[in-house]
Amino acid sequence: MTTRERVPAVEGWFTTSEPYTLIGGKCPTCGTYVFPPRSGACPNPGCDATELEPTPLSRRGRIWSYTENHYAPPPPFVAPDPFEPYALAAVELEEEGLVILGQVAKGIMAADLRIGMAVEVDLQVLCTDADGQETWIWTWAPVADEEEGA
Amino acid sequence: MSSDRDLVVLGAGMHPWGKWGRNFVEYGLVAAREALADADVAWRDIEFVAGADTIRNGYPGFVSGSTFSQALGWTGAQISSSYAACASGAQALQSARAQLLAGFGEVAMVIGADTTPKGFFAPVGGERKEDPDWQRFHLLGATNPSFFALNARRRIDVFGDTTDDFAMVKVKNSQAGAANPYARFRKEFSLEDFASSPIVSDPLRLLDVCATSDGAAALIICTPEYARRKLGSLEGTVRIKAVANTTPTYPQIRLELPDIATDSQAVVGPPASGFKDSIARNAYEQAGLGPEDLSCAEVYDLSTALELDWYENLGLCAEGEGAKLVRDGTTALGGRVPVNPSGGLSSFGEAIPAQAIAQICELTWQLQGRRPGHQVEGATVGLAINQGLFGHGSCTIVAT
Repeated sequence: MTTRERVPAVEGWFTTSEPYTLIGGKCPTCGTYVFPPRSGACPNPGCDATELEPTPLSRRGRIWSYTENHYAPPPPFVAPDPFEPYALAAVELEEEGLVILGQVAKGIMAADLRIGMAVEVDLQVLCTDADGQETWIWTWAPVADEEEGA
Repeated sequence: MSSDRDLVVLGAGMHPWGKWGRNFVEYGLVAAREALADADVAWRDIEFVAGADTIRNGYPGFVSGSTFSQALGWTGAQISSSYAACASGAQALQSARAQLLAGFGEVAMVIGADTTPKGFFAPVGGERKEDPDWQRFHLLGATNPSFFALNARRRIDVFGDTTDDFAMVKVKNSQAGAANPYARFRKEFSLEDFASSPIVSDPLRLLDVCATSDGAAALIICTPEYARRKLGSLEGTVRIKAVANTTPTYPQIRLELPDIATDSQAVVGPPASGFKDSIARNAYEQAGLGPEDLSCAEVYDLSTALELDWYENLGLCAEGEGAKLVRDGTTALGGRVPVNPSGGLSSFGEAIPAQAIAQICELTWQLQGRRPGHQVEGATVGLAINQGLFGHGSCTIVAT
């Protein structure tokens, strides 16, 4: 059996080999972060920089809020048939001061989540085309919380 | 108090909301003719036509100013066509207002209409990988209700709101909407109805989320001089005191449709007030009025929980206290400041380019005492607020 290449659903937003990380942009002048990565202008209105440098973002963050969708979204989402509910989480990255939305790792639902929960970037298959080619997406997956358990 | 910059709402008209499946121009024509009749102004006398655009109806939708001008019969009027998602109607109003205040005419029509497909709103067709709206659907399946739900969950966790608080918003709005002949849903819902309503995006149920609709609305606005000549005096007229179309201030730290991420707070700290607070504040400043002056308000209850946010963003209460106002009846008909006396979007559904205009139609009729069954008694000041995707905040204040 051969292992297919992991084709990212979007180019340049995350790594497809471990350690999985989201890739944002960082302003070389003022240090501000962006996600998704972009070019052309720093979004800080007080900064004149015209380019942002690709930069790996913190792998871990905390859930700012979450939901669980029970109806299939319309295209361009590729919904499995039969449709299975899935969770989304908006996750706060402390160092970058960003909140980033992502699907939650398959099988983990709203009842398993809570605001403030520690999560980290993981990868899963987003969809598979007619030739069996898989495209991959980042997810948020719960992890043991180092600040808890005391 | 009036100022030379306060334009007059001379007439208002709507097509009832619903799922009629006809061409959006048909709906617009009904609203236009009703507004012209309400204003007692001939179509030929309209000097400026401000269309609010729809992206769902091909080129005629993108150039709605000319589409409606052609449909009503070309008159050589000046035109504009505005798109700002849910704030399109407010942008069109601002376009007409600027034209008249600049002295390039005295009387204008503002018009918007839409025909929507069933189900979730979807992005514009085609594989458009650079479009944040396309990205959020393709990569995440993050529908509009997903975003409303993230917000609702946050309210539960941070403020202690309950799903019953959310349901009470719908119960309240459905009572008002049941008496409104333009509303699509005329049924009064109870808290019990929620138990059988399926979850769409947890914690929100189908009854918490507004539907998509067809609909149309139109306004005739004019200068005070024009109104005085026509009516003999400005006594009792409804005046436009403010139209604020506001962008966020960097960094935008709430996750807002259609973006996948917020701005970073790492270098620049959060602004003194959030985006949704600033939309109302700008309008209050323009009008020289405050939340204590409001008789009623029309707000975008795209979800029940979102209406509670607006109470706070309008300054009707402190942050986190929105649910109290629906619990104690403050925002119901007969309360201190009724919110969505029209029945709101929960009774109408979304007809995107029409709804910000429909809000002003409702407020105009409220201030004229013309809303039997859902009248706010003695209304003198009304505020309409909404937020279009991609950072279009809009707020309008009208007063007698």
